[in-house]
Amino acid sequence: MTSPDRDRIMARLHTSGTEHTVVPEAAIPPDSAFDPQEKITQLATLMGAMKTEVHVVETAGWVDKLKELARERGWEQLLYGPASPIGSAIETAWESDTDGLPALVAYTEPVESFKDKLFQIDAGITSTQGGIADVGAIVLWPTEEEPRLLSLVPPVHVAVLHADTITSSLAEMISVQNWAGGMPTNALLISGPSKTADIEFTLVFGVHGPKELVVFILK
Amino acid sequence: MGTGNSFDFERNIDAALADQQLKKNLRNAMDILVEKRRAVFTDPEALEQLRAAGNAIKRRALSKLPQLLEQLEAKCRQNGIQVHWAEDTAAANRIVLEIMRANDATELVKGKSMVSEEMHLNRFLKDHGIEALESDLGEFIIQLNGETPSHIIVPAIHKNKDEVAEIFHDKLPDTPYTEDVEELTRIARQAMRKLFARVKVGLSGVNFAIAETGTLLLVENEGNGRMSTTVPDVHIAVMGLEKVLEKLSDVPPLLRLLTGSATGQIITTYVNMITSPRKEGEKDGPKEVHLVILDNGRSRMLADPEFRETLLCIRCGTCLNHCPVYVRIGGHAYGHVYPGPIGKILTPQMEGLEQAGVLATASSLCGACGDVCPVKIPIPALIRRLRSESYDAKGDGTVSGHGYKKNLTETLVWKGWELVNVHPALNRLSTKMAGAMGKRLPKVGPLKQWTRARSAPKFAGKSLHDHELEKGGRDD
Repeated sequence: MTSPDRDRIMARLHTSGTEHTVVPEAAIPPDSAFDPQEKITQLATLMGAMKTEVHVVETAGWVDKLKELARERGWEQLLYGPASPIGSAIETAWESDTDGLPALVAYTEPVESFKDKLFQIDAGITSTQGGIADVGAIVLWPTEEEPRLLSLVPPVHVAVLHADTITSSLAEMISVQNWAGGMPTNALLISGPSKTADIEFTLVFGVHGPKELVVFILK
Repeated sequence: MGTGNSFDFERNIDAALADQQLKKNLRNAMDILVEKRRAVFTDPEALEQLRAAGNAIKRRALSKLPQLLEQLEAKCRQNGIQVHWAEDTAAANRIVLEIMRANDATELVKGKSMVSEEMHLNRFLKDHGIEALESDLGEFIIQLNGETPSHIIVPAIHKNKDEVAEIFHDKLPDTPYTEDVEELTRIARQAMRKLFARVKVGLSGVNFAIAETGTLLLVENEGNGRMSTTVPDVHIAVMGLEKVLEKLSDVPPLLRLLTGSATGQIITTYVNMITSPRKEGEKDGPKEVHLVILDNGRSRMLADPEFRETLLCIRCGTCLNHCPVYVRIGGHAYGHVYPGPIGKILTPQMEGLEQAGVLATASSLCGACGDVCPVKIPIPALIRRLRSESYDAKGDGTVSGHGYKKNLTETLVWKGWELVNVHPALNRLSTKMAGAMGKRLPKVGPLKQWTRARSAPKFAGKSLHDHELEKGGRDD
């Protein structure tokens, strides 16, 4: 599709002589490379400093830890994706006993019919695509099974991260997971709960997104 | 986009300098930002390497700009994003309005976007019966108070919490006065959650657009950017055409430079990458995504090998924080959307020298902006070039208003200066005259201006040259 504005802009760009711009040789400084244990420590330390609650747990025991937290915090509803990689583990764990646990709410409808409910839920749980050690962030690629607002609207976001999906840097993640080969509808790096410092640089958490972020790192 | 004839830079500066509260708020804030940046870039050598890499990546993008924009457009279309081109801000505003009307929308919720400020979008939409609602906390505060941003990263930085408390109490219904920042933030969250649940169209800016994959990348801490681009049915992203990068692997170093320079963070809370509207089967996200690519003078800047470097800018705002002029007068005094050093070089090129050339005079040329710029824009050199463009009617000026300040008196003065300095006899005569008459210089014209806030120059009775001759020096 073409428009008069596009044609005029493009004509000016093509005759600008910008192809003669000098491009200096300058290598990107190498990122730190961490071993598996360092990746966990680095990520947990940096995210912890940004008020993220990080739990390093054995893969087998993570759901028990989730139940423990859920009871302790008194969440009333927990939003999840039944067909997500963690969906069945959660359902199984909730089958055995539900005493003091939040009601599970499945995000399976389009947001149009779900919005009113969604804005009332107090916690949401998602899987992750990976983690980035050197800046301390988790990576989410929301899907049909785990929609985008699951990690944004509820005041608490719980994320489940497999330790072996943590890379040392963003550059490594982009290359190892071949992001250039195809990006999802939405990809996110998240380094902590929502925050602002717009009033006198006083740091306040939970201005628009979650007030709390809990990360389970599964070994 | 300018404030037209009502823009009086000197009056603005006088008013800003007289405002003690503003001075205090700014000083505190800028000290914090400078310190935070220093704390994140601890190794000067590593920072230099990173800046060099950032500069090279952006230069490479500029060297291929037309091709990269074509690639971005093709990729976005392939992904289902609708791409629009706007030669100027009026065209960009019309595009947004058409999208609003096509969706029967009377409200627009906005994430933070400087390009939308450049477009004066809120005012334009208001004139057409549409309300644009700012959702970034800082933008929300100043919108309530009928102001514009005074800083490109921290828009309400000129306000302290007492002033914010007053604004909330006055402008938000049933809001008790509180200076508690947590409470103020909670009040804003509540107001805005209602908004997000209701509004059908969201608008955002773009920090980087990646041609390789057709991805729009946004950084933020609050989550209002994610809300504005995820909850409404329609997402409109507006970007200046210089925001395009060649590939995803260009992102990590620039991201580090951007967040480190802007707010002293190694990464923001959210990095939000958008590559398509909602796909079949997906439960949420906008069903339509529009990308508006704005020129507004940028392609003209690109045609000048020196001024082209203005387009390296990643809008981190660190040049504002380090500028001794900005820190004393604040953003509003500049009277235009982009304040501080970057505004001094950007605005005159967008608006023309008659309109905004005076901005380039508000610099001591201390060089701090150039030293801290994460992509190494030679801001002081470009300020000097704009100053001389204002006078010099010859040469190959590309900026509108080239030579507008050229006048007979100044031309004659400089001709005289040249004459006196190439003829030794005239030079001797003139230094003698200055020595004899210097104390009695009449304070009129430019000298009156100069001495408004400075002491008048005092010429020595005897020139240095004569002193040296008396001490036995020789003319060679």
